[in-house]
Amino acid sequence: MALTGIQILKMLPKTNCGECGIPTCLAFAMKVAAGQMEVEKCPYASDEAKETIGEASAPPIRTVRLGAGESAFTMGGEICLFRHEKRFENPAGLAVLVSTDMSDENIDGRLERFKTLRYERVGVMMRAQLIAVKDTGGDKEKFTALVKGVLESTGDASLILISDKVENLKEGAELCGDRKPLLYGVTAENSDDMVSIANETGCPLGIKGINLDDTVTISEKLQEKGFKDIVIDTGARTPRASFEDSVVVRSSAIKAKYKPLGFPTITFPCEMTDDPLMEAMVASVLIAKYAGIVVLSDLQGDTLFPLLLEQLNLFTDPQRPMVQKEDLYNINGPGEDSPVLVTCNFSLTYFIVSGEIEGSKVPSWLIVKDTEGLSVLTAWAAGKFGADLIAQFIKKSGIEEKVKHRDLIIPGYLASMKGELEEELPEWNIIIGPREAGHIPAFLKEWQPSE
Amino acid sequence: ERASKVPPDSYMMKYTGRIRETVLGYGDNQVKIGGEEVLPFHGFEGSMPNKPLIAMEVPDIKPEEWPESLTRHFEDVLENPLAWAQKCINDYKAEAISLSLGSTDPNGMNRPASEAARDAAQVINSIDIPIIVWGCGNSERDTESLREITAQIGDKKVCLAPLEDTNYKSLGATAMAFQYPLVASSPIDVNLAKQLNILLENLGVSLDTVLMDPSIGALGYGIEYTYSVMERIRLAALTQEDEKLQNSMVCNLGVQVWKAKECKLPTDDMMGDMERRGVMIEAITAVCMLLAGGDVLIMRHPRAINLTKSLIKGLLN
Ligand code: B12
Ligand code: SF4
Repeated sequence: MALTGIQILKMLPKTNCGECGIPTCLAFAMKVAAGQMEVEKCPYASDEAKETIGEASAPPIRTVRLGAGESAFTMGGEICLFRHEKRFENPAGLAVLVSTDMSDENIDGRLERFKTLRYERVGVMMRAQLIAVKDTGGDKEKFTALVKGVLESTGDASLILISDKVENLKEGAELCGDRKPLLYGVTAENSDDMVSIANETGCPLGIKGINLDDTVTISEKLQEKGFKDIVIDTGARTPRASFEDSVVVRSSAIKAKYKPLGFPTITFPCEMTDDPLMEAMVASVLIAKYAGIVVLSDLQGDTLFPLLLEQLNLFTDPQRPMVQKEDLYNINGPGEDSPVLVTCNFSLTYFIVSGEIEGSKVPSWLIVKDTEGLSVLTAWAAGKFGADLIAQFIKKSGIEEKVKHRDLIIPGYLASMKGELEEELPEWNIIIGPREAGHIPAFLKEWQPSE
Repeated sequence: ERASKVPPDSYMMKYTGRIRETVLGYGDNQVKIGGEEVLPFHGFEGSMPNKPLIAMEVPDIKPEEWPESLTRHFEDVLENPLAWAQKCINDYKAEAISLSLGSTDPNGMNRPASEAARDAAQVINSIDIPIIVWGCGNSERDTESLREITAQIGDKKVCLAPLEDTNYKSLGATAMAFQYPLVASSPIDVNLAKQLNILLENLGVSLDTVLMDPSIGALGYGIEYTYSVMERIRLAALTQEDEKLQNSMVCNLGVQVWKAKECKLPTDDMMGDMERRGVMIEAITAVCMLLAGGDVLIMRHPRAINLTKSLIKGLLN
């Protein structure tokens, strides 16, 4: 079971040298106990201490890493069943499938979309992170050529190599070098060979189970050999079975520390239906319910973008609202005749509103008031975006020296605040803006300072 | 089972409660919702007797803000709520309707309650499947228009929504008098949801007739808050014996989804096909709500609804 900070401290040198990046051993021990740091960061802890602490503080779902550098992908490390209990650690990775039986055109299209379909939102770059390279015919040359092609054309993709032939996986893994791919799949028959390749190349292994029982058997086999960098596929290929298996895997690992299933999973909606929209539906179930990797048959903006939104939303840390710094922001190079808008500091709101202003090309001032990361109406309802507070901040923001006019544009949802604001800011004209940010560009293009 | 080796104790939840069953609809067209003994779709642990219900939203005035990718499916009925509802039933096989009284919004068209109620009653009296009447969200106006409607529909039963802490007394009394089910709405907060249920019960309303609306944020617009509050409500109901939360949840999600800018951006290489994108944003919002415990989903796009229905089937098998 988990160790307390004090128990961990006893196993550290207590010299407070600070090399772990934390000023004292005690503070470091507390972080390790809380699962925020790994004991490996202390160069002076004995191997024995590392082993004991590492074992005890390891998350019930093992953390497994693929790739390296910009292609690095981390999965697992999960510690709860429901995000409100703490948070989900590593977002489910989306993978696109390319296989040796696809035409060059189909492969190139997928690789191209892998590279271009990326979306920035609240300062996060959302994208598919993995490419699953599948050997369909067992032809080694074809497979290695495809692996090479994928490696060359995509620098930041983590790879999953899929083949029934251990030999082919071995060559593929060697080609990948540092960009350690996931080698899939280990069966009851080939597990000895697979472990030796994995040990040679340092790659994690994907278990290809027939069902949960078979998965458990293979997992136990690997662990007997001391191999732990495991990702599991329970063999489920219907929406219901994949959902249920996924829940069983996560629950048994979290609630009972059931070792054979304490690993991240790989799932294959691409093999469950031929309809791309239905495939995305199944993927959305698995993103929410515990998959480590979700393999898709293709990437298209209209299905990928919503899946990425889901991934971004469900994996945000519920205990840390995303906030934008309180400040006066200049967008598109504003001057003394430019419009002045006010909003809250919820980063989603800031991102949407500033994006619209930017898109309008109208030079503008945007005043972002600290509302503790709450949206416009939530902040207003919580008393963090009242007229008095807004007025105070307007005065101290320095905007009065930047513009000649005195027009303040407020969010349409705060229309009812106009009167109060006029009392608090007698020199200003309070202008009610549109409700939805999407209408801001048209509004700004029309806007003229009063009188 | 596919998992004889995994000790069941290691993954089974310990359930101590059950969700109430609520009846929507009237006469031969009643539909039961709720009744779950386990978390959503945990068929391996116990029973989920009634499948989630999808209600199609019918606005009571021609919608101004709907994108073409949505309105084109209702082209010939945009100005006529009754024809719209009938189209949902006949062409899109709707199992329930949610009639939204957007026209009465004092900040919008501000149509008098009496007028809106007359038209709404006409819709209600002409169709047989279960109906939810969803007010504009202004609690005074909703009290007026929903009461007016109940006076005009004889023994037909509708579900009244939304009841908030500001108007639950008057609307709760109305619902009780006519034995209507109702939707209790609270802003994404477990305690507020519970408190509203307690207030309704104190008033004399049977919790068997109460559905909860936890307030919905769409995909990309706060869905994670709704998702977690719903999960917490459902866990409290099923595993912590919190009797005041053992109710079905209604998710009025279409209206939130189709406000999003991303549903309205034109087709391009990055964002893909406009219509499919909107459909997927609505359908994936629906998936999240289902997984968190949604029993009734109010949706708009026929394709998104079909996808959601297929997925429900796939998960229940
Ligand atoms: C998620 C959410 C929460 C989350 C908080 C999320 C957050 N970071 O703010 C949580 C669960 C914590 C929460 C709590 C509460 N909430 Co709340 N919440 C919501 C919800 C579902 C979505 C809010 C959201 O994220 N919107 C997305 C952002 C981007 O929208 P936005 O900031 O408004 O920005 C848009 C526009 O305003 C515009 N815009 C923004 N800035 C500007 C500036 C200018 C100049 C212009 C022109 C336009 C513009 O552009 C944006 C995009 O179009 C809404 C309901 C809904 N579906 O909208 C309720 C809602 C806002 N909450 C509400 C309430 C009452 C509360 C609570 C007070 C409940 C309570 N008593 O506990 C608490 C208060 C919080 C506290 N005490 O800590 C009410 C507010 C009612 C009202 N009209 O006053 C709402 C409307 C729900 C409801 N129908 O009752 N909430
Ligand atoms: S590096 Fe080790 S010894 Fe030095 S302060 Fe950190 S924990 Fe203590």
